[in-house]
Amino acid sequence: MYSEKVMDHFQNPRNMGEIENASGVGTVGNAKCGDIMRIYLDIDENQIIRDVKFKTFGCGAAVATSSMATELVRGKNIREAMQITNQAVAEALDGLPPVKMHCSLLAEEAIHAALWDYAEKHQITIEGLKKPKSDIHEDEEAETEAY
Amino acid sequence: MKPLIYLDNAATTKTAGEVVEAMLPYFTEKFGNPSSIYSLGAESKEAVTQARETIAASLGAKANEIYFTAGGSEADNWAIKAAAEAYEDHGRHIITSKIEHHAVLHTCEYLEKKGFAVTYVDVDENGIVKMDALEAAIRPDTILISIMFANNEIGTLQPVREIGELAKKHGILFHTDAVQAYGQLPIDVDACHIDMLSASGHKLNGPKGIGFLYIRKGLRLRSFVHGGGQERARRAGTENVPGIVGLGAAADRALRIMEEKAAKETALRDYLIQRLETEVPYCRLNGDRHRRLPNNVNFSFRFVEGESLLIMLDMEGICASSGSACTSGSLDPSHVLLAIGLPHEIAHGSLRLTLGEETTKEELDRVVEVVKKTVDKLRAMSPLYEDFVREQKEE
Repeated sequence: MYSEKVMDHFQNPRNMGEIENASGVGTVGNAKCGDIMRIYLDIDENQIIRDVKFKTFGCGAAVATSSMATELVRGKNIREAMQITNQAVAEALDGLPPVKMHCSLLAEEAIHAALWDYAEKHQITIEGLKKPKSDIHEDEEAETEAY
Repeated sequence: MKPLIYLDNAATTKTAGEVVEAMLPYFTEKFGNPSSIYSLGAESKEAVTQARETIAASLGAKANEIYFTAGGSEADNWAIKAAAEAYEDHGRHIITSKIEHHAVLHTCEYLEKKGFAVTYVDVDENGIVKMDALEAAIRPDTILISIMFANNEIGTLQPVREIGELAKKHGILFHTDAVQAYGQLPIDVDACHIDMLSASGHKLNGPKGIGFLYIRKGLRLRSFVHGGGQERARRAGTENVPGIVGLGAAADRALRIMEEKAAKETALRDYLIQRLETEVPYCRLNGDRHRRLPNNVNFSFRFVEGESLLIMLDMEGICASSGSACTSGSLDPSHVLLAIGLPHEIAHGSLRLTLGEETTKEELDRVVEVVKKTVDKLRAMSPLYEDFVREQKEE
């Protein structure tokens, strides 16, 4: 079902973890649909992404696209990071099954959401960046369910 | 390559050696068509008759009440559609449950499009049909109740006898999808007032592509396939003789080993449940603890997603299944897990392990270790777990 690259990134995810006091954090997706992605960015004064980490709740493709997305943005400036599309993420993984393409979209959105957070914190505008739509908190009542 | 640990016996089972042995001659030297006059054909006909008798006896039924089909889904489709058509002059209302197999649910949805009304009754938090809800759903125009014998995902056993009695009291037909139960549990169609019952060969160490529908004598169901006179002209087409022989052999074998197999599996099942419950934090057993199939274990692990779990288990040689959306090809997790009240994200983190007769305690010990390690790994990766830990600290 998955390419070797997807399996590699799923088994050995790159940049998995958290960044304390990150310059920007973005969380997208929705537990209801089974995918949540969180990206942490550490951006320096020259607007270069020095470090990036991710955490993902989701399927094999969701983990692999998060991992690949972090690889693609690391070391880029924010303008370059904005150019990374879900297609680019999917291609870098040698493709995804059609039903899993939304995972790559989620990866793109997670990066944008983290950049949006960074822009808000630093009161700057990033060209072409829109406020992230996805909100994981619409299902809060379900998450508080007692075990 | 790690040794394979197969814990997906609800998906399919290995065809037993003696079953394969019984089937083989019917591919080669005994290849005759049962409808033929000469003795080569008669030999095949005799084999089909024997299989039919074995199966009938296993249910307390008569041989002429057993109709071979290509499997469980076909039997479900036939039973429900044909019963609806045959009895629509009495009414156009059908009752089923929210946790049926899709072969039943999608057939009911098809009938809804044809103008039938269908009530999908609720189950309780353990996945057992609520008898009061079932009784309340009965209308003067109800013609059919279709409730499964045992659930394929969470293994819950339904109160089939009570449902049968209720149906009989109201003069309603009762169909049960017994695909998971047949061969694992003793079934008596008369004691349970079952009018139609579906079963499938490959769930009881028989071959794939063969199953049967039990139709109580006197029910005027239309033919499923029109054509020749096979299956009392109700399902035309040359019989799948090797398949039928295999199903007969599998039924015979299942009945012979049923008690011992069920006792062994129940003990192993409870051992696995107990270990997972005590050793993996934030998990829950899905389905009823006691009223469940001897071989079914179903857990939800919070903060992890099922497909990821399955891929990691597969890398360790463990075959299992999940009710996560990613494994169903849709965005929603299993309708069964939602029907027992699980929130979506917990339903996404479900794992079904279904034991077989070859399952050993040593295998389960290894599975527990791998599940623990894998759940830990996935939780370390999970933003839901990260948030949960942070909230715990703040409190």
